[in-house]
Amino acid sequence: MYTEKVMEHFRNPRNMGEIPDADGIGTVGNPVCGDLMTIYIKVKDNKIADIKFKTFGCGAAIATSSMITELAKGKTLEEAMKITRGNVADSLGGLPTIKMHCSNLAADGLHAAIEDYLKKKEAEK
Amino acid sequence: MRRVYMDHTAGMPVDERVLEVMMPYFTQNYGNPSSIHSFGNEARRAIDESRSKVAELIGAEKKEEIVFTSGGTESNNLTIKGVAYRNKDKGNHIITSSIEHMSVINTCKHLSKQGFEVTYLPVDKHGTVDIEALKKEITEKTVLVSIMYANGEIGTIEPIKEIGEIAHSKGAFFHVDAVAAAGQIPINVQDENIDLLSLSSNDMYGPRGVGALYIKAGTRVLPIIQGGGQERGLRSGTENLPGIVGMGKATEIAKTEMKPAAERLSKLRDRFIKGILDSIPESYLNGHPTKRLPNNVNIRFSYIEGESLILSLDMEGVACSSGSACTSKTLEPSHALLAIGLAHEEAHGSLLFTLGKQNTEEDVKYVLGLLPKIVKRLRAISPLTPKELVT
Repeated sequence: MYTEKVMEHFRNPRNMGEIPDADGIGTVGNPVCGDLMTIYIKVKDNKIADIKFKTFGCGAAIATSSMITELAKGKTLEEAMKITRGNVADSLGGLPTIKMHCSNLAADGLHAAIEDYLKKKEAEK
Repeated sequence: MRRVYMDHTAGMPVDERVLEVMMPYFTQNYGNPSSIHSFGNEARRAIDESRSKVAELIGAEKKEEIVFTSGGTESNNLTIKGVAYRNKDKGNHIITSSIEHMSVINTCKHLSKQGFEVTYLPVDKHGTVDIEALKKEITEKTVLVSIMYANGEIGTIEPIKEIGEIAHSKGAFFHVDAVAAAGQIPINVQDENIDLLSLSSNDMYGPRGVGALYIKAGTRVLPIIQGGGQERGLRSGTENLPGIVGMGKATEIAKTEMKPAAERLSKLRDRFIKGILDSIPESYLNGHPTKRLPNNVNIRFSYIEGESLILSLDMEGVACSSGSACTSKTLEPSHALLAIGLAHEEAHGSLLFTLGKQNTEEDVKYVLGLLPKIVKRLRAISPLTPKELVT
């Protein structure tokens, strides 16, 4: 059902965990639907210096979370905002059609974390 | 790698002895039972013999009360549509439960679009059908009460005899979906007030694509498949001869071997359940603790999701199922788990192991050795897990 790449990320998720002093935190999904994802980012010089995730959900939810951290790390905030759900799925060699909407939340999580960071920065001014 | 199959509700191997008796009916005894020549006679005799064996397994009075179908789904469709359409003169009310198989629930939903009234009885936290609700809901207009003998997902065995009495008190026919129970626990249609009973061959180590419906003499049913009038007109279409022969053999084996198999599996099941609950914090048994199918182990783990549990076990060679939405075609969690009162997120974290003949003590030990590590790893990834469970 899943590609080898999805299974590889499910087996060995990259950047799993929390960042205690994160600059931005984004939580998307809902445990009622079976997927909940939190993305933590550390920002330095307008770039994503560190990123971690925690996810409740199926294999696709965990693999997309892991993949988004690889795609976003080192990117500028503008570049990271442009990463789409489609990019995540493509980088994993595709996802089953039924999973494209429910479990492919990682890009939304990343964008929510960046927006959280920008909001906090705005509030500091 | 060790491979352990614990998903017998999803599919079972065919017993070697069953396959052996089926084989000649593909290449040598291929006559059509409707033909009057010797080839036809041989086929007809074989089918009648199977009919007798199925009748014996469930304590039917006459073999003519057995109609062969393509499986449990068709038997459930034939019952519900057939009884509803044929008994319109009495009423338009059907009673079933909220934990029935989808082939019952979706057939009832189909009928409610055509003017039939359907009542879905609630169940308690163990999955036992609410008898008081049945007494309250049943009326003179009720034509059919359809309740499963046991639920294949949560394992709970229902108080069938009592439900049958109540159904008959208002002149309603009583149908029992026994797909999950037959071949595992004894059933007697005459003692238990059953008018119609659905069976599936594969759920008793027989071939797929064949099942049966017991229809007590005098029960009014309209066929749903029209054609050449096979199976006393109730199920047209040329008989699945090798399949029916296989189902006959499977029921014969089940009748003689059921008791020792159930005793062995019940012990294995209880050790398995205790092993999980003792070794994994915040794990809970779904379904009835004692009135339970001998092969059924259904456990809920907090804070994690079932599909990722299945994938993790699959990587270690273990096959099982889950009630999680993520493993269903509809993306809805199991209706049975919701009906026993679980929240959606709780239903997502359920795992179903269904044991079979070939499962051993070693298989259970192997899974018990893997599960705590797997649950721990997934809980470490989940944002819902409380800190004290992660360390």
